[in-house]
Order: sequence, then C-alpha cells, then structure tokens
Amino acid sequence: MIGESSFRVLVFDLGRGQGKFIRFGDKTKLLGGSGLAAALFQEYGVADAPAFDPRQPLIFAIGPLTGCFPLMSKAVCAFKSPYHEQYTESHAGGRLPMAMRFAHIDGLVFVGRAERPSCVIAGIRRLEMHDVHALAGQDVFSTGKHLRRMFRRSTGHRSIVRIGPAGENLVPYACLNVDTYRHFGRLGAGAVAGSKNLKAFIINGESAFPAPATKTYAKLFQKVYSQVVDTDMMSKYHSLGTAGNVAVLNKIQSLPVRNLQMTVHPKVDGITGETFAKELLLRKTACAGCPVGCIHVGLLREMFASDNEYLYRQVSYDHEPIFACGAMLGMSDASGVLAILDECERQGLDVMSAGVALAWATEAFERGVIKESETIVPLRFDEVKGYCQAVRHLGARTNDFYRLLGQGTAVAAKHYGGADYACVLGQEMAGYATGEAFFVSQAMGFRHSHLDTGGYTLDQKTEGKPEIDKALAFFVDDERKRVTLTSMVSCLFARNVYSDAILQEALASMGLEDVAANLVSASEEVQRLRWQVRFSTGFDPASVRIPKRFSEVKTWKGPIDGAHMAAMQAAYADEIRKLGAAA
Amino acid sequence: MKVLRASRMERCIGCDSCALACARTVHREISWHASGIRIASSGGISTGFEAKVCLNCDPASCVAACPTEALIQRAGGGVKMRYKFCINCGECARACPYDAIALAPETNRPYVCIHCGACVAFCPHECLEMVEIAGPAETELEAA
Repeated sequence: MIGESSFRVLVFDLGRGQGKFIRFGDKTKLLGGSGLAAALFQEYGVADAPAFDPRQPLIFAIGPLTGCFPLMSKAVCAFKSPYHEQYTESHAGGRLPMAMRFAHIDGLVFVGRAERPSCVIAGIRRLEMHDVHALAGQDVFSTGKHLRRMFRRSTGHRSIVRIGPAGENLVPYACLNVDTYRHFGRLGAGAVAGSKNLKAFIINGESAFPAPATKTYAKLFQKVYSQVVDTDMMSKYHSLGTAGNVAVLNKIQSLPVRNLQMTVHPKVDGITGETFAKELLLRKTACAGCPVGCIHVGLLREMFASDNEYLYRQVSYDHEPIFACGAMLGMSDASGVLAILDECERQGLDVMSAGVALAWATEAFERGVIKESETIVPLRFDEVKGYCQAVRHLGARTNDFYRLLGQGTAVAAKHYGGADYACVLGQEMAGYATGEAFFVSQAMGFRHSHLDTGGYTLDQKTEGKPEIDKALAFFVDDERKRVTLTSMVSCLFARNVYSDAILQEALASMGLEDVAANLVSASEEVQRLRWQVRFSTGFDPASVRIPKRFSEVKTWKGPIDGAHMAAMQAAYADEIRKLGAAA
Repeated sequence: MKVLRASRMERCIGCDSCALACARTVHREISWHASGIRIASSGGISTGFEAKVCLNCDPASCVAACPTEALIQRAGGGVKMRYKFCINCGECARACPYDAIALAPETNRPYVCIHCGACVAFCPHECLEMVEIAGPAETELEAA
C-alpha cells in the first residue's frame, strides 16, 4: 500500500517459472521509479556481466504517486543495455503503471531465462508463466491479438507488454511494446526480454486502496486536474501533439533532414504536424490516468490489389518518429512516414534508432561506401518502399550488414567507414538540431535521450551560444528536477505542473509526509545513484564522441561552434564524474 | 430524475478519469475498477473504448439475483445498493447482462453506478452526460 515505508516488489525467476514478493528499500530515500529501479539493479544486477547474461534483471518500477494524480502515468524500465553494455532506463505509459499500481506491484524484476518463449501473467491472486512458443516470430500486433484472445480476464484493466521479431533476434535497439501505442524504446529493453525468452507479460490490476480521507487530497487532485484540462498548459501536447514541433524546428533551421545534411526540409509541408492532423489524424488516445490524450493515431490506407482493394492500419505518430522516419529519410509524404513507422512497430524496433540508422545507411549508399549487395534493396531518400523492406531486414538481421546496423549506426560506420556522418549522440540522435547545448546534453545525458535535460530549450532560449557555466548549472539542475518526476512516476509533459512544492503537497496528502519532507535531497541522491550505477557498469564520459557532422550543422544562429561544443562536453563530463563519484 | 448515459463514447480517449473519479469521490477508494463505471477497449486499444455502466433497467436482473435485498429497485429504474446487507456473493454481477457491476478481486464487493453524475465533470471530452428521464429524483449509496 502507498502509505507503507518500503516497496512491494515481485521478483520473477523465468528459469524456474516462479516468483516471490519481497519488501524492498526505503521510500524516503529511493522515492520510487528511477530511484527504486537503480537500487533494484544494484541488488539484482551483475555490473560486469554482459547485458544478455541470464542473471541480469529486467526491472519495472512505479512510484508513490502512480495512479493517484493526473499524469502520474509512467513506469520506469531499467536494465543493462545491449547497445552500450551499460545501465540505463526507458520510460513508458499505456496501462502498465496503473495495472501495476492496482496489482499492488511497486517493482517487477525478471531474472533468469525461460526455456521457451513465454508469457508471464501477474495480478491479484494470480501469478503464472505460460509457454507461448507458437508466437515466436510473430510481429507485435499479431502477438497482441493472440494474447488478448488467450488471456481474456481483466479486459480494460490490464497491460500487455510484448516484443516482436527484433526483440527475439536480439537487435540492441529493439523495444518493448506497451499496449500497442506506447514503448519502452531506445536502448534495447526488447532485446533483453528476448534474451530471457520473455515474449510478453501481462499485468492484471483490479484492486483498490482507500483514498485519503482528508479534504487536502481531493482539493489538490481537483486543482491539478483543472490545470491540466482547463488551461493552455498541456494544449500543445493535445492539439497537434509533439508533431507540431516539425514545422517549428524547420522554421528555425533546426530540423535534422537527410541524415543531418540539412536543417531545413525543402518539402516539409508534406510531413508537418499540421499535415498529419488535417489529412491522417484518425483519433487520439491516452495513457490510463492522463486526461491529456497526447497519443495521436494516424490512418494509413493501403491499396493491396486492384479494383480498390484497400486495407487500413492505425499508426501512432509524434515528433520524434516523424523526424527519424520522416525528415531524416528525406520523406515528403506523411502516409509514407506512417508506412515506415508501421513496419518498425511490427518488428518491435525503436523507431528513432531505426530511422537514424537508415538515414546513415542511405548517405553511405549514395557515397558508395556500402553497396546493394549489402543493403539488399536500394536505399534512397524519400523512397518509402526500400525503407519498409530495410526495416524488415533490420528486424530479421538478414545479413551481416543489417546485423551490424542493428548493433547501432556507430558500429556499422566503424566497419564500413562513414563515422563522420553517423548521427550518434551516445545513441542515434533525437530530433533537434538546435545547437551546442542539445548535442552535448544528449551525447552525455544519462539515457542519451532528448528527455534527460531540456538542452534544446536552452539553445532556443539563449541568445548566442549558451555559456558553459550556465549550461552546466542548467543540465545538473534540470536533470535533478526530471529525476524527481521520474521517481513519482510522472509523465515529463507535466513538468510545468508538478513543481517540487506541488509534489510535496501531493505526497503529504497521501500520508507520505516523510517522503515529502525529504523530496529534494532524496532526488539529489537518486540522481547520484543512477550515475553511480551507470559508472559501475563501465561508463566513461571521456569515451563519448560527437561525430563531425554535428559541427557542420548550421542553425538560425549560424554555424555550430565546434570548439565551444567540445569545451562544454568536457566540462559536463567533469560534472557527471562528480555526480557518479561513490558517496 | 436524471441518469448517467455514456452517450458519446466515440470521443473517449481511454484515460479512465471517470472511473478514477467515481472510485475516489463515491467509494472513497483509489482504483479504476472499484467504480460504478469502467472503461474497456473491445479487442485492443486500436478498436476504441466502451463504458461498462448501469443502463437503468426496470426491473433489474441484479436486484432479482440479490439473495439479501442489498440491491433494491430504484423507482424509475436503476438500483440502490445497501452495503450493510451485502454478503459479497457476486450474484448481482453475474446476473447483469451488461457487465455493469464490478467485483473487487479480493473481497467480491460489488460496485454499481448510482447515477450521481460525479464522473461527468472529470471526462475531458464530454463523453458522459446526465439525462432526464421520467421518475423521482434520488441518489443513494448506503454505507456498510
């Protein structure tokens, strides 16, 4: 229950097909989410063993406010990444956080390896592992359909998390699909699940717990709900959604286009959020517990035979997918972008990494660095058919080329050449070419994510180049604030709603006065803990390289200052070393 | 009298704010299940959402199935739930042809809509509304 001082964690051993519940950790110190996950990795992880070692844990954690306030609708997934063999986190919503909350599972740890492809089901009075070997090789959507038919209980109040062929084939940026439209993406949670023969897991959450009897809770809930629904605070996420960024970034010469050869897309009108909304937006949906409804679902029509034989698909889109599988691939047509995204979704690949990797491959193909004997299909900017086929090859790891590209763009570039134009900032870049601060923040950030800190905001709000001291202070402080949110676990879209003070009020209203009182210092500790765990798995800030392509970029401020960027990177590396220093 | 109707479910985004509001404000619990209204997708989220909520039957099959008269017919349709007489047998939920009554998985305690309208204000897309029908106005939930 929420008021208790420790977490209730389910540790499931896939090798034995059995689990046990334990009490773990101290909420006043770990908070939940990011803090709980890092502590669980310290307990169950093997820092110097490979990511696919069966002993490694695949961890899921919610926080003390999950399900209790609007937008407290995310879960943290933590694991040793097969992409860089270091500790990392990924975040997703869907129904998983609420299902865990109402199954009374604060933390879920999978260890071991099942003998055959399996599905674990956990819920109130239920803990089972089923052999689902017949689903091996099935894509993400077919897998979901089969699982819904096989396990009918708790419709609406369950979450189905599964992998596709890419996860089974251990592609290091395979994702975990959560309830069709959300993902634990980027650094390979899906491949870790695949290495464990964990094809899927289902959480049934149908329980309840008493709401606080005080008026404080009800009043605060109403206040937050009204802010979210009745003010403009969240409208950008609901209206066009993050896809609205495409036109905005293009206008300020900050949209990465054609493998970042350009920052303005000559045919951007075909793929803006406005175009998607006008021509393809089918409907919106939401994570459970979030009234914003930021998930934009597009309609993809496809004529599969003559005589007007059509099929349709529903594909979710956002800025990052449109950037990676749209602008980076030179796409000029929104339907084409949806077609590539749909193929990535089926394979269970992270769409950002897959898109950026294919952008590099296209430029390398144009330059003759790689040949059609390697790519199997010709890769050309703005040609959807080749990309859809290439995505299938990435998921299937058809040949050496796709096996290497699946390891990451940098790995492929190291083998074939073309490292200067591999758009990698720790991992494949995110969709902002705003300037030095963003490039450094993603390259050095804890998750190598555009969400680690608001580096792109700093670039946009600063006249001229961000000064190094100011940038460092911003990176460290902004990361701390975000760590607080990802420990609760809030959606980061609500970062302007949930200040430290509001979070403290919320925690106190739930009877967690001690956690509230300790919130700021505990979040600083969690920030350090995450870095310590990352360092324990071999992270060296000095090893991060920002490829040449990033210093060739030109934004609305003019050319990138490579020397300034390098100095900022070195200084941030020092700050990260301080954060990661053992207590 | 007014009753709750999920009239515009094609607008629903599946946020569960209505169910959470019912649990929180009517039943004093935090849950998306311990609620008089529950949101479900029919065959995955890509197919849209439906609301499982009391349709105001008169006579109501849940009342007929209740062996202790904890559920009694409300004049004009719908039911009154008297938890002090409820033995958590679950017969009401099994009898409801519309799957509108939820049972707590640990205790079998039933949750049924009392048509109070508390959920309506928490729907961001106005999927829900209170509709006037003939009959006396009353909304009751008796404590255990």
